[in-house]
Amino acid sequence: MSHFLDRLTFFRKYAGTFSGGHGEVTTESRAWEDAYRSRWATEKVVRSTHGANCTGSCSWKIYVKGGIVTWETQHTDYPRTRPDLPNHEPRGCSRGASYSWYLYSANRLKYPMARKRLVKLWRAAKAKHTDPVLAWKSIQDDPAQRREYQSARGLGGFVRVSWDEAEEIIAAANVHTVKTWGPDRVIGFSPIPAMSMVSYAAGSRYLSLIGGVCMSFYDWYCDLPPSSPQTWGEQTDVPESADWYNAGFIMMWGSNVPQTRTPDAHFMAEARYRGTKVVTVTPDYSEASKFADLWLHPKQGTDAALALAMGHVILTEWHAKGRGDYFLDYCRRYTDMPMLVLLAERDGRLVPDRQLRASDLPENAGQSNNPDWKTVAIDDATGQPYIPTGSIGFRWGEQGKWNLEGRDARTLEVVTPRLSLIEGGATAQVTFPYFGDHAQPFFNPTSLGETVTRTVPVATQRLADGHEAKVATVYDLFLANYGVERGFGDGAARYEENAPYTPAWAAAVCGVPADRIITVAREFAENAEKTKGKSMVILGAALNHWYHADMNYRSIINLLVMCGCVGQSGGGWAHYVGQEKLRPQSGWIPLAFATDWYRPPRQQNSTSFWYAHTDQWRYETVTVDEILSPTAPRKLSGALIDFNVRAERMGWLPSAPQLAVNPLTIAAAAATEGKEVTAYLVERLKDGRITMACEDPDHPQNWPRNLFVWRSNLLGSSGKGHEYFLKHLLGAQHGVQGKDLGEEGRAKPEEVAWHHEAPRGKLDLLVTLDFRMSTTCMYSDVVLPTATWYEKHDLNTSDMHPFIHPFTAAVDPAWESRSDWQIFKGIARTFSALAKGHLGVERDVVLTPLMHDSPAELGQTHVVKEWRKGEVEPIPGKTMPGVTVIERDYPNVHVRFTSLGPLMEKVGNNGKGLAWKTEDEVAFLRSLNGTVEVPGVDRPLARIESDIDACEVIMHLAPETNGHVAVKAWEALGRNTGRDHTHLAKPKEHEAIRFRDIAAQPRKIISSPIWSGLESEEVCYNAGYTNVHELIPWRTLSGRQQLYQDHPWMLAFGEALCVYRPPVDLKAHQAMVGRVPNGHREIALNFITPHQKWGIHSVYTDNLIMLTLSRGGPIVWISEVDAKEAGIEDNDWVEAFNLNGALCARAVVSQRVPKGMIMMYHAQEKIVNVPGSEITRARGGIHNSVTRTVVKPTHMIGGYAQQAWGFNYYGTIGTNRDEFVIVRKMAKVAWLDGPRVTHQAADLKAAE
Amino acid sequence: MGAWDVFTDYLHDFLFGIYPYLCAGVFLVGSLIRFDRDQYTWRSGSSQLLRARQLRWGSNMFHIGILAIFFGHLFGLLTPHWLYEHVITVQQKQMIAIVLGGVFGTICFIGLTLLLHRRLYDPRIRRTSAGVDIAILVLLWTQLCLGLITLPFSLGHRDGSMMVQLSTWAQHIVTFRAGAADYVRGADWPFQLHLVMGMTLFLLTPFSRLVHIFSAPIWYLFRSWQIVRRRGGATRRPGPVPPPRPAAAE
Repeated sequence: MSHFLDRLTFFRKYAGTFSGGHGEVTTESRAWEDAYRSRWATEKVVRSTHGANCTGSCSWKIYVKGGIVTWETQHTDYPRTRPDLPNHEPRGCSRGASYSWYLYSANRLKYPMARKRLVKLWRAAKAKHTDPVLAWKSIQDDPAQRREYQSARGLGGFVRVSWDEAEEIIAAANVHTVKTWGPDRVIGFSPIPAMSMVSYAAGSRYLSLIGGVCMSFYDWYCDLPPSSPQTWGEQTDVPESADWYNAGFIMMWGSNVPQTRTPDAHFMAEARYRGTKVVTVTPDYSEASKFADLWLHPKQGTDAALALAMGHVILTEWHAKGRGDYFLDYCRRYTDMPMLVLLAERDGRLVPDRQLRASDLPENAGQSNNPDWKTVAIDDATGQPYIPTGSIGFRWGEQGKWNLEGRDARTLEVVTPRLSLIEGGATAQVTFPYFGDHAQPFFNPTSLGETVTRTVPVATQRLADGHEAKVATVYDLFLANYGVERGFGDGAARYEENAPYTPAWAAAVCGVPADRIITVAREFAENAEKTKGKSMVILGAALNHWYHADMNYRSIINLLVMCGCVGQSGGGWAHYVGQEKLRPQSGWIPLAFATDWYRPPRQQNSTSFWYAHTDQWRYETVTVDEILSPTAPRKLSGALIDFNVRAERMGWLPSAPQLAVNPLTIAAAAATEGKEVTAYLVERLKDGRITMACEDPDHPQNWPRNLFVWRSNLLGSSGKGHEYFLKHLLGAQHGVQGKDLGEEGRAKPEEVAWHHEAPRGKLDLLVTLDFRMSTTCMYSDVVLPTATWYEKHDLNTSDMHPFIHPFTAAVDPAWESRSDWQIFKGIARTFSALAKGHLGVERDVVLTPLMHDSPAELGQTHVVKEWRKGEVEPIPGKTMPGVTVIERDYPNVHVRFTSLGPLMEKVGNNGKGLAWKTEDEVAFLRSLNGTVEVPGVDRPLARIESDIDACEVIMHLAPETNGHVAVKAWEALGRNTGRDHTHLAKPKEHEAIRFRDIAAQPRKIISSPIWSGLESEEVCYNAGYTNVHELIPWRTLSGRQQLYQDHPWMLAFGEALCVYRPPVDLKAHQAMVGRVPNGHREIALNFITPHQKWGIHSVYTDNLIMLTLSRGGPIVWISEVDAKEAGIEDNDWVEAFNLNGALCARAVVSQRVPKGMIMMYHAQEKIVNVPGSEITRARGGIHNSVTRTVVKPTHMIGGYAQQAWGFNYYGTIGTNRDEFVIVRKMAKVAWLDGPRVTHQAADLKAAE
Repeated sequence: MGAWDVFTDYLHDFLFGIYPYLCAGVFLVGSLIRFDRDQYTWRSGSSQLLRARQLRWGSNMFHIGILAIFFGHLFGLLTPHWLYEHVITVQQKQMIAIVLGGVFGTICFIGLTLLLHRRLYDPRIRRTSAGVDIAILVLLWTQLCLGLITLPFSLGHRDGSMMVQLSTWAQHIVTFRAGAADYVRGADWPFQLHLVMGMTLFLLTPFSRLVHIFSAPIWYLFRSWQIVRRRGGATRRPGPVPPPRPAAAE
C-alpha cells in the first residue's frame, strides 16, 4: 500500500532475538526484492543468431519482456564434442551482445522512405499517367528530372512513403527497365548467403525470376583467395576452429583470431594448453600475438618472401636430401609434382611451358576421351610415360577412373610415379622469371636481374608430331624455382647467399631475420613429419587483399603441400576470410536462383562489373607491361579492362549486361529471319551487328539501370573506389581528384569504346533494404525497412563450426518493417500486376560462361583464340559463352516466387558437378508446406509462402540436412570415381533436419560430397580430407593439388610457379603531394584496412555501445615515428588522401603500428561523426574513398579446368592494399552543419 | 505609511509568518509523496563512481560541518529559554554559538567548496548532473556564506538579544503561535536572508537529493550482528511445506 505506512511498524517490526541478542528476527517487508526479481524476468527466451559476416554463427538467447527485446546472452547447449576435444562453448562476443541496441535505436529504419525529390516527380508523373510504368518512363525520358533526384543522392532528404507506393515505384522501374533495356539491366547485390539464407534468397529469387542479375561478393570483398581454386579447384575450404586443437604447430599469418574470430579463439587457447606451438606473423603487434611463442613481423605485402624462404629451407633440408618419406609419398600421390612439363625454347632460352598431355603423345597414349585434359607422368619402375587416372579428362565423358588410386589409365595397375628425373642424369638450363627488382623503394627492391637460370633434370620425350621435346617434372622445376642446390652448383649452397629465395634474401626483402626464418621453417616441417601433417597455417585478409594475393597464398600453400599437411586432421590451410560455407548450398540454390523454374540464372562477378560500370577503368594507372613476365611467350597488349573484355567474349567470365541489345528482342528478330535463335545470335555476333555490352560500358544502352542492395552496406563498406561509385554510377557529390585517361592523354583501351564525356549517374533507381540507416541507405532512392535478426525466421551456417543454426523471430518486425522474404514477395506481387500490358511470356536469351564443375570447364586448351578476332569460330559453350533461350512468364512472377517449380521433379538437383533426382523430396515438401495451383503447370506445387516454408525447402533438398539426399549425392560421385563413398552418409541416411529441430538446438550437418571434409564423430571438419582419405580427385587439371599453373596467361604473367611479386605501384599519391597545402607536413603511408574491433565485423560501425568503447567516430592508426615526422599527436584530426579521394579521421598514435603504415578499420560509417574534408570539401569519406580497385588478368582465365568461372568461385578480386595515401594533420575541422551549398557554388562565391 | 511600506510590511509577514508553514508543508507532504511514489529516486545520488578523489575530503568535511551546524541550530533555536537558563547564560550560549558555528562553519565551507568545484569543473560529473543538483549545492554554499557573514553581526550583539529574538520566532512558528513574524522585524539583513534561504532549502528538499537526510543509515551503527526476517512477513509468500519428520527408529 504505502511504503511510508509500512515503515511505521517500528514496534511490530522486531519479532525477537536470538544468540544472546547478537541476532534479531524482523518482519520487515521483502517486497523491494521483487524489483530485482522482475529486472531479470522475461516472458520468453528465443534462439537466434547474428547475420553479420563474422563467421560466428553463435547461438544466442534473445530475451523478450513486455513485447520488447531486452537483451541477449550466449546459449550454452551446443551438441557435445568427443571426449578428447573441448566443447564449442562459449560462442558469442561483446559485439553480438550489443546487437539488441539496434532494434529500438534512433538508427532503426521504421518506415519505407524515399527521396523527396523523386517522390515529388513520381506523384506529378502519376497525375499525368494512370499507368505507373508510363509514369516511370516519363521521368526517365527527361534528363533534367533524372538529374534532379540523382544529384541529391547522399544528401538526406528522405520522406516517409507507404509500402504500396514504394512497391509501385520499384515495380514500375523494374518493368520499364526489363521492357526497354532488358532484364539484365536489373541488378541485385547481396553478400554471403550463409549469413541469412532465406533473406538472400528472397531478393535473388525475385531477380532470377525476372531475368535480373545476381552479383557475386566473395571475390569483390577480396575474401576469395584465387590461389584456392587455382590449386584445388575449390572456392575455399577450411578446417573448423575445433580442428586447431588437433594441430601440433600453428602459424597465425595475417589473421587476428581473437579480434575477428572471437568466439573461436578459445580453441586457440585450448590448443596452447595442449602444447601446440604458435607462431604469429603480422606486421603490426596485433592481439593475435598474445597467443604466440614467436611473433614475426615482416613488412606488409612481403609475406611471400618469408614463405618462399621457409620453403627453401624445407626443400633443401628435407626434399633435396631425400629426408622425410612421408613428404615424398604425399607429394607423389596428392600433387601434380610428378607430372611432366614441356620445356619451350623462347628467345634462346629454355622456359617451362604447359604440362604434357595425353594428346601430345603418339596415338593420344590410348586415350580417346579428352586426351587434351589428361596429364602425363613417368612410371618409376619402367621409366616410361603413362597417363595416371584422376586428371580432369577422366571427370567428364567417362566413368569410374576419376580417382586418386594412382593407376595407369591403360592397364589399371597401381603405379608409382617418378617425382624427380635427377637419377637420369640429363639436365638443361631453365630460365625462371624474377620480379623482386621491380618494387617501389618502400618495399625493398633487390638488384638480382629479371630472370634466374637454373640447372634442371630433364628427359627427352618424342611427341605425336614427331619432334623430340625436353620435359621436366613439376617437382624438379619447383625445387629449381626455389633456388635449392641439388648438386648442380647453381642453386643457393648456403642460406646466407643473396639469391632467390634464400633466408638471407628474404631477410633483406621482408625484414625478418634469417635465423628466425630457418628456425620456424625447421620446426614447421619437423612437426609435420612427426605428426604426418599436423602443421596448420591460419591466414587471413591481411595477405589476401594485395594485388598479388595469389603469390602470398601460393607460397604458403606450397609450404603446407610440401610437408603433406593439406587434408590431414590438425593440419592444412585455414583461410578464415568471409563466411563462405553455405552448408546446405545445393538445397538453397533452387530457391535462391529460381532454378526450380528457369535454368540457368544470370550471375555476375562483381569486381569486373564495378570496375567497368563505376568507370574505375577510365582512371587505370597500372599497365600490363608492368606486370608481364620477362619470359612471356608473346607480347600481350591492351589495358587491364581489355583483358576482361576478351575474357567475357571467350566465355571465361560472365557479363552484365550481356549483350548491347535487349535480350528479350533477339528471339523475335531471329524469328523474322526464320532462324534458330542461337544460330542467329552467333551469326550476328560474328558479323558484329550484335556486340557484347562489355565493349561499351559507358553507352546508355549498357548501363545498369536498377540496383537492389540488401543485407549489405555496399557504399559504406565494400565499395572499393567509393568516390567513383558516387561520381559515375550514382551521379552524386563525389571526391575524385584524378583525371581520366582521356584528360591525361594516356593510352586508351583497345577493346572498349571511349566516350569523351564519362557518364554521371547511370543508375535510374537504387533500392536498399536494411534495418538501419546505413551509408548505402543515404545514397539510395528508396529505402525499405527490414526485420532485424531477432524478428525473422532464417538459417545461418559458418565455416568455423559444423552446425546449422536458425534465426527465429523473438518479436514481430517493429514499426512498419517486414522480413526480406515478405518485402520481395510484395515487390513480386506488384511487379506481376504492373507487367500486364507491358510484358507477357517473353523469350529471354541468356549467356552463360564456361562454368566450373560442368563439362564446359574443358573449354579451351593450350592456346588462347578469339572468335572476335577471327582466330576461331564462335561456338557457344566452347569458344564463347553458352546460349540458352528461356521463356519467362512475367505476369506470373509472384505465383512462381511462392511455389517450388516443376524443374525439381523434371530434371532434379545438382551440385559440384553431380546430379541427383529429387522427386521424393518434392513430394514430401508438397505434403509439408501444402500445395498451390500455378497457371500453366499440370500439377499442384509445394507452397513457399512463409520464411519457414522457405527454410524447409532448403533443408529438405540439401544433402547436408537430409540424409537421403546425402546418400544419393555420394552415389552420384561414386559413379565418377568408381569407388563407394556412401558409407560416409549411410549412418545418417534417415536423418532429416527440420526448422523446429534447429530452433530447439543447433544441429551438426551431414557429410556430403559438396564439401571436401567430413562431419563425423571421429574427425573434425578439415578441408581436403576426403581427397586424401577417400581418394576423390581435386577438381583441377591433374586431379591433384595443382602447384604448376600452365594456362598461357599464367605463363605470360610469370605465375606458373609461385614467385615473389612485390606490391604494385598504383601511382595515386605522388600527384597529390603539395597540391592543396594546409600548412601541415604531408607524409606518404601504405593504406591498410583491417577488420573492426568496435563494430560488428566489417559492416556495423554505428552501434553507440561499441563506439563508446573507442573514440566514437572514424579513426586511423599510425606509428609513433610517422606521427612525429608529420607533427601529429594522438587524437588529432588527420586527413588521408590521394587521387581517388580523401577521408578524415582521428589519429590513434600507437606502438602497435610499424613505420610506413596507416591502418583504418574498414567500414566506419560516413554517418557517424565525420567532418568535411579539406581536399574534397565534401563530408570526409570512408575508408574506400582513397582506394580504387585494380583487376588482375590471371584471375580472368576461364574454361580451363580449375580456372573456370563459378559464382564466387573464381574471377577477379577487389584488391586494395597496395594503395598509398598522403597523410597530414587537418588545419580546420568543418562539420558542414549549415545549409547545403554545393562546392562549385561555394568556389564561385570565393572567386567573386 | 506609503504603499512601499505596506508592501514591505506584508512581505515581512508573509516571509516570516506564512512562508515557514508553506515550506514545512511542502517539505513533509512532498517528501512523503516522493517516498511512496518514487522509491528509486530516494537516494543521495552519489557521484563517487565517477571521481572519488575530491569527494573524500569534500564530502566528509561538509557532512561533519553541516551536521554540527544543523544540530547546533536545532538546539539553539528550539530549546526554550527556561530550559537552559540555569545552566548557562544567554551570553555564554551566544559565545558557544559563535565559536562552534565559526569552527564547523569553516569546516563545512571548505568541504562544500570542494564539492561545488568538483561538480562544476569535473566534466563527467557536470554532464551527469541535473540542474537541481547544481542548484542545491549553490544554494547550500550561499546559505553557508550568509551564515558565516552573520558572525560579525552576532559579535555586535554579544548580549545574545538577537539570538533570543530569533529563537523566540522559531519557537512561535513551531508551536503555531500568532505574531511570530514580529520577533524578527528589524533583525539585520543577513539574518533575515539567512532565515528565508534556510526555509527555502526545506522547500526544495522533496525535489532534490536532500531527501537522503531522512534515510541516513545511522541505524546501521546500532544494529544487531545478524538480522533475519521471519518468513511471511509483510508480504507473505507460500513457503515450501516442511517435509514430514521421519519416524523415529524403534
